[in-house]
Amino acid sequence: MGQNNRVSRVNRTTAAASLSVSFTVGLYGIAFGAAGIAACFSLLQTCALSLLTFSGASQFAVVGVLGAGGSALSGIATASLLGIRNALYGMRMAPLLKIRGWKRIVGAQVTIDESTGVALGQSELGEAQMRQGFWLTGIGVYIFWNIFTVVGALGAQAMGDPAAWGLDAAVPAAFLGLVWPRLTNGKERALAVAAMALSLGLTPFVAAGVPIISTALLAVAFGWKART
Amino acid sequence: MSQLWIAVLGTSAIAFGLKYFGHSVPEKYLSNPRVLRINTLIPIALLSALVAVQTFADKSKLLIDQRIVGMSVAVIALLLKAPFPVVVIGSAAASALTFHYLG
Repeated sequence: MGQNNRVSRVNRTTAAASLSVSFTVGLYGIAFGAAGIAACFSLLQTCALSLLTFSGASQFAVVGVLGAGGSALSGIATASLLGIRNALYGMRMAPLLKIRGWKRIVGAQVTIDESTGVALGQSELGEAQMRQGFWLTGIGVYIFWNIFTVVGALGAQAMGDPAAWGLDAAVPAAFLGLVWPRLTNGKERALAVAAMALSLGLTPFVAAGVPIISTALLAVAFGWKART
Repeated sequence: MSQLWIAVLGTSAIAFGLKYFGHSVPEKYLSNPRVLRINTLIPIALLSALVAVQTFADKSKLLIDQRIVGMSVAVIALLLKAPFPVVVIGSAAASALTFHYLG
C-alpha cells in the first residue's frame, strides 16, 4: 500500500469529466429504483442491489428476470453474465492502480463501465490523472447512483400501478437505451435481432428467465469466429 | 429466505467476486481475442432479449399492449439521437397515455 504517489492537486479537466459522468449516470438510478419496485422488490432489496451489486445492467437484469416470474437462479445467472465485463475492466485497471488490502476491495467494488471509461479517457494526461479519473468517477457514481435509487424507489412506491405511469415500458426502454450504442456493426445488429427472436420464441415453452439467459449461447456462436 | 433476497445477495456476491477476481489475475489472461469478442457480444444478446421479453411477454404469454407504443417512441427517440432520459421518459409517457385512453 501507499506506493502509488497520491497527487495532492486534483486535475480540473479530470474532475469535471468525473463529476459530469457521475451525476448523469447517477440519475439513471431513478429508473433502476422505479424498476425494482415495479418488479415487486422491496425498498430495502432495491437499495441493497445498488449498494452491494453496483453494476447497472446486472441490477436491471436481476429485477427484470424475477419481475417476469423467473427463478432466483436464472436471475443471478443472467446478472452475473452481464457482470463478467467488470472482471475484464479490473484486469485492465489493476496494473494502473496497484492497490492491495481494503483499497483493493473498495477499488474492485467501483470498477464499472464509467470508472474504467473515464480512467482510459485520461490517458493523454498521464497515469496519475487516470487514477484520479478512476477513483473520482467510481466513488462519484456510487454516491449518486445510490441516492437516486432511493428517490426512484420511493417515487414508484407512491405511484401505485406501474402500467398507469408507463413504468412497464420505461424499463425495456432503458434496456434498449443501454444496448443501442453497442450496436456498431452488422454482426451486432444481427445478434440483437436473433436474441429477440429466440427469447420470444422460447417464452411460451420454458420457465421465465431461461429465454433470456439462453441467448448467451447466441453470443458465443456469433463471437466464435472473427468474421461471419 | 425469499427468492428475492436470494437473488439480491447472490447477484451481489458474484458481482463483487467478478470485480475482485479481475483485480487479482495477471493481465495476460485477457488477451485471448475470442474471449474478448464473446464478452463484447454477451451484453448485446442478453439486453436485446430483455427488451423483447419485457415488451411482448406477460409471464409465459406473448401479447401486444400499451408497451409497444412506448417502445416505438423509444426507438424513434434513439434514431433521433435523443439523450437517455428523454428515451425513457418519452416511452413511459406514451405507454401511460395509451394505457389510460385505450386500455
